[in-house]
Amino acid sequence: MLRVDYPSLLPLSRLDLPVPDLGLAGAELATQDNATTGGFLGHRYALHSVTTTPEEAPEAFATLMDQGYRIVVLLAEGPEILALADAAPPDALLLNARETDEALRGEACRANVLHVAPSDQMLTDALAQFLVWKRWTDWALIHGSHPADHALAQAYEMSARRFGARIVEWREFVDTGGARVSDSGHVQVQRQIPVFTQNMARHHVVVAADASDVFAVYLPYQTWEAAPVVGSSGLRPVVWHAAHESWGAIQLQNRFEALAGRPMREEDHLAWLALRAVGEAVVRTNSADPAAIRAYLLGDAFNLAAFKGQPLTFRPWNGQLRQPILLTDGRITVSVSPQDGFLHPLSPLDTLGPDRPESACSAFEETAP
Amino acid sequence: MTGRAAALVLTATLLALGTVPDPAAAYRVFVSNERSNTITVIDSETWEVIAEFPGGNRPRGITIAPDGSELYVCASDDDTVRVFDPQTFEELHTLPSGPDPELFVLHPSGNPLYIANEDDNLVTVTDVRTRQILAEIPVGVEPEGMGISPDGRVVVNTSETTNMAHFIDTETFQIIRNVLVDQRPRFAQFTADGSLLYVSAEIGGTVSVIDPETGDILHRITFEVPGIQPELLQPVGVRVTSDGRRVFVALGPSNRVAVVDGESWEVLDYLLVGQRVWQLAFTPDERYLITTNGNSNDVSVIDVAAEQVIRSIPVGQQPWGVVVAPQ
Repeated sequence: MLRVDYPSLLPLSRLDLPVPDLGLAGAELATQDNATTGGFLGHRYALHSVTTTPEEAPEAFATLMDQGYRIVVLLAEGPEILALADAAPPDALLLNARETDEALRGEACRANVLHVAPSDQMLTDALAQFLVWKRWTDWALIHGSHPADHALAQAYEMSARRFGARIVEWREFVDTGGARVSDSGHVQVQRQIPVFTQNMARHHVVVAADASDVFAVYLPYQTWEAAPVVGSSGLRPVVWHAAHESWGAIQLQNRFEALAGRPMREEDHLAWLALRAVGEAVVRTNSADPAAIRAYLLGDAFNLAAFKGQPLTFRPWNGQLRQPILLTDGRITVSVSPQDGFLHPLSPLDTLGPDRPESACSAFEETAP
Repeated sequence: MTGRAAALVLTATLLALGTVPDPAAAYRVFVSNERSNTITVIDSETWEVIAEFPGGNRPRGITIAPDGSELYVCASDDDTVRVFDPQTFEELHTLPSGPDPELFVLHPSGNPLYIANEDDNLVTVTDVRTRQILAEIPVGVEPEGMGISPDGRVVVNTSETTNMAHFIDTETFQIIRNVLVDQRPRFAQFTADGSLLYVSAEIGGTVSVIDPETGDILHRITFEVPGIQPELLQPVGVRVTSDGRRVFVALGPSNRVAVVDGESWEVLDYLLVGQRVWQLAFTPDERYLITTNGNSNDVSVIDVAAEQVIRSIPVGQQPWGVVVAPQ
């Protein structure tokens, strides 16, 4: 497991403060789970975890390759994932457990990278389906000023078009820098946000596209109109959250908390998923060969139980894991997408994110049936 | 003449009555309600709810002593097994179960109890007389389903994340065999003659038919209902008639119970029941099969011979398990 740590400011909410074992603890739990199963089959699993910086990532990766590791879970952003994928020896298999950028599954896809993390549009589609199910079809979209925010806003625009919602108002919240928090800062927030959201076209919800954690948490209860906030705060589409209990999830939460002494975060869950998928392939193929594992994961026989009420599988045309998305207010699971009534000829999970005909990925053509 | 004709008719009626099978014996059906923390009691003759009593916090697995003297309930959030008097519904005592007991199986003799502890990857063996833990057996990740061979020599546990059926020798408490099945195995059920073991896999969508002697998977039963997403056909509870000829499989959120031929393993029919059907129990005479429908807060009653659903009965919130008392 290779985690790249990027320089960043502290989060707006101290509930989201970074933890030193982020993702690593999830990988550790998956390795324990795999080892328990392996114990009955004579299989052994070992996890080696490395954290690095973007500058030193190529060297750290090369060292792992020199040491003979060929299956690597990456908690990294797009540029590093692409660089490492292109530098990897031909028999290596990489699993992306963080980056949501659509391009990595599309025109920039790599045959040696499987994506356990959902793409931006899988997440925005999951939220859009719920909003359309609620008939909250008129959206005021507030996005940040960074490229990632613009990309997320585009994903929401695409989702709105796909499922019949309308973006009736666009606003940009410009990041002017400065400290993240100041004492009694809420006094100014309470005055500024209503003014910022004044005079918007009639809307049912405010959709926040804030990939950079600059403003979204300030929106709920502070908007001019009494509209719910969704997206980057309020009701959020997520892979996992610590209150999720259904489909036996409480067992995974308990196991993780006993191991790590803290709640499971999305990065931990994605790392767990990545290594559980690998473990499942090892059990079923009786092989530790990365090529055999990759072929099994992309094949029809693979499915993984992951506390989401239905099996997870990979899209063979771009290596993206199909998965239900949780919608949470931070306290509880409010709903789970795909929603009832959104149909697909192959799998309802393929109503989330770009479907095969829309895919610009060609690196999987040799292997996709 | 008229009176005589009437008497003849009456005689004929009595004779006709005499030829029908004995009326169904009245059994007591106990249903654990996971959400409302209660046990609902139903009379199987009238199908009326006759009582509802507290079952501890989050009651799930439920079973009864072979002689009907004690009712056992996994009170999952209390980390204990609660023991009730099936006549008075009084709580008698509790049994040590290990943490978060979900499902268990009683030895055919009535003792001991084999309990799956989901959080600890253990099967706990508890003596129901001395109320002592006899053994803790490490198994795969997230143990759930528990089945026992009719001769009581082998107990089978299924582990939901390891995806195995673990065969445990009940004398040595050692695992003697592991059989890999499909994703998230929920339930294990032997046939009455012990010759076959059925293991359901909720997320895999299959029921494996296993030869317990060899551990070979003889067949994988799959399910298909037109118009229903395959992902929703999630096998959980399994019950087999004592002659082995019919297998009933609860299919979770597809709201159906599959009727399977016990020899060809073909699915013969799908019976529409309530929503999210998980567990099943026969009446002791096998005339009826009762299903717990978690999301519609009711149980369905299936006429086993006719293979038809004959009624549904509202119970508490989120019914989970069901057991029928012997007479």
